[in-house]
Amino acid sequence: MDGAGVGIAFWALAFVTLGAAGGVMVSRNLLHAVLLLIVTFIGVAGFFVLLSAEFIAMAQIVIYVGAIAVLMLFAIVLTPRTIRDNSETAMVGPAILLGIALGTVFLFVIYDTEWAVVASDPALSAEDLGKALLSTWVLPFEIASVLLTAALVGAIMLVRTSEEEAEDDA
Amino acid sequence: MTLDLEHFLTVGALLFSLGLVIALSKRNAVGVLMGIELMLNAVNLTLIAFSRFGASEQPIAGHVFVSFVITVAAAEAAVALAMAVSIYRTRETVEVDQLDLLRL
Amino acid sequence: MGPLVTDHWYDLRDLSNISREILEGIDKVAPSEVAYIVAPVLGFVAFFLIFVLPSQLIVGVYGERRIIGRMQARRGPNRVGPFGLLQPIADAIKLLQKEALTPKTADRAIMWAAPIFFVAPAVLLFATIPFGPRMIFADIPVALIYFIAISALPVLAAFMAGWGSNNKYSLYGAMRVVAMSVSYEVPLVLSLLAVVVFSSTMSLQGIVLFQADVNLWLVFMMPLAFLIYFISVSAELNRTPTDIAEAESEIVAGYLTEYSGMKWGLFYGMDIGYALAASAFAATVFLGGWSMWGLEEWVPPWMIFIAKTHLFYFVFIWTRGTLPRLRIDQLMAFAWKFLLPLAVFNLFLVSLERLLWVENDIGDGIVFAFAAGNLVASAAAAYLWARLLGYRPERIPTKPRLVREAGGYVPVEGQTGGGE
Repeated sequence: MDGAGVGIAFWALAFVTLGAAGGVMVSRNLLHAVLLLIVTFIGVAGFFVLLSAEFIAMAQIVIYVGAIAVLMLFAIVLTPRTIRDNSETAMVGPAILLGIALGTVFLFVIYDTEWAVVASDPALSAEDLGKALLSTWVLPFEIASVLLTAALVGAIMLVRTSEEEAEDDA
Repeated sequence: MTLDLEHFLTVGALLFSLGLVIALSKRNAVGVLMGIELMLNAVNLTLIAFSRFGASEQPIAGHVFVSFVITVAAAEAAVALAMAVSIYRTRETVEVDQLDLLRL
Repeated sequence: MGPLVTDHWYDLRDLSNISREILEGIDKVAPSEVAYIVAPVLGFVAFFLIFVLPSQLIVGVYGERRIIGRMQARRGPNRVGPFGLLQPIADAIKLLQKEALTPKTADRAIMWAAPIFFVAPAVLLFATIPFGPRMIFADIPVALIYFIAISALPVLAAFMAGWGSNNKYSLYGAMRVVAMSVSYEVPLVLSLLAVVVFSSTMSLQGIVLFQADVNLWLVFMMPLAFLIYFISVSAELNRTPTDIAEAESEIVAGYLTEYSGMKWGLFYGMDIGYALAASAFAATVFLGGWSMWGLEEWVPPWMIFIAKTHLFYFVFIWTRGTLPRLRIDQLMAFAWKFLLPLAVFNLFLVSLERLLWVENDIGDGIVFAFAAGNLVASAAAAYLWARLLGYRPERIPTKPRLVREAGGYVPVEGQTGGGE
């Protein structure tokens, strides 16, 4: 992947994504943290476009930004005000050490392994993805739809109050 | 400037480590969920990078796997947040270090 | 595109000639990076400032208020300038010189960021819409999902605006916006999915070329999808009759309560801008885009396209002036119980027809038979489903005895005023 435009795009996206992810960690307000998480999601979608996976990029924005982030915002609004300060537990020290250690292991593996790379872009389109999902991977596809139905029903059942359940029995 | 596989993998690794720290250290349940979603995003990024750069007979497999990861992440976020709201109703708190007893 | 449209820079039927000449001229003179940077600036100038902003000002601000005024038996704004044509400029000047108050306890960063998220979708969407056969700024192969992805952004902006204002009414407005937008996104996606199934491409230029190829606009092929799109997009844009989120008579101004001055002006302007973008999108996907059964070789195709966009926008204005506002529970029940099954039915029908068409290798003329069949089937399905759900038309008694029985007032001949 050559060119000045690609280089600028990569560094800008990397800066924005990692900066926003860092902001999620250090922000003192939970709502600001969720909004920075949305910026991270959009940054990752930008990376997908850079890697020629446009359909996955758009799906990422529709699902993550349009649905999951909104769900998180609602959950924050419906939970108490007292701990919206995005503070850390007592385990923050060991967590940071673990993160640094794991990151170091990852970086070592990435730069030490001889990756088998191809030079050309396979140029996959949404049509290829559709064909694959409906021919080779049709079973996981159907199971995923059952999973989503189960999650839908489960989430609704979890938040029913006892009055609503009594209504159903009556 | 030529972009290689290592560049994208580095970004993925750093995002994953950040997500791990957030998931392990936040006090609010929604904060922990944010860390988990960050980790899943990092995994997606790595998979798509391999699908684009890696030598494989079926490069579409990366995209297929990412579709499933996004689907499962959405289902898991919905159920996790429903649980958080339900726990708040019974225990009056969503702090993860106060939710350490199975029975009240 | 026939042989009549040429490559000369003065051939206004294809405005991309001008930009191509400019970019080629720059390429000869300066290094390639300059053309790389000039191209998007040129695109922005051309598409947004020349096509969209005048439409927005003249049709959106002035036209909307005049037309709604006439529908409500009054004249619209007619003081400023000849026939009131300078009204948008007067509005802009008024908004610029107003003080933009921010409450002390409000979240300033979020309140500042919300209008930005609101402006972005309108501008981003116009980049992918084809104005002519070669006049498209970015021919993305997944443009349809791009539209759906972008329509998720104003929802977030409205929520941020409502939350950041630290005001109960704003929060109500924000919650309503999110609940409604999320509910209406599902029928929207399903109706656009039917379009993708039938034209087998997600790129907007591809859909327009498909409609030009088979000589049939997709609105005739799948009228139910068009209707569902219209209602869903009207709900996403918070336009009456579905503008429960910024209902002026109910919750002061919903999520916009604490915004004043130019910040409110941005929200208002981009409300119109995004409505125009959705109209342009509908004109591309359903109404045939820049194609007009061969007319586009004489008349500039971008004029045809802008006419269709304004026609669709006129229907928005029309429903705004005519229909009363619906309640939030009525709206959500309508989306989930009525529109969603109809969208699924439409998708099923269209997929069946596409399968029959492609598998059996019938000629292109069968789409007209499909269109006629679809019209009948869609009308029947919508009517039957509405009756099944219990939506009945209101019976308003008009005979005088019935009116008096219902408790109303019937004027007696020869008397003015007075009551029973």
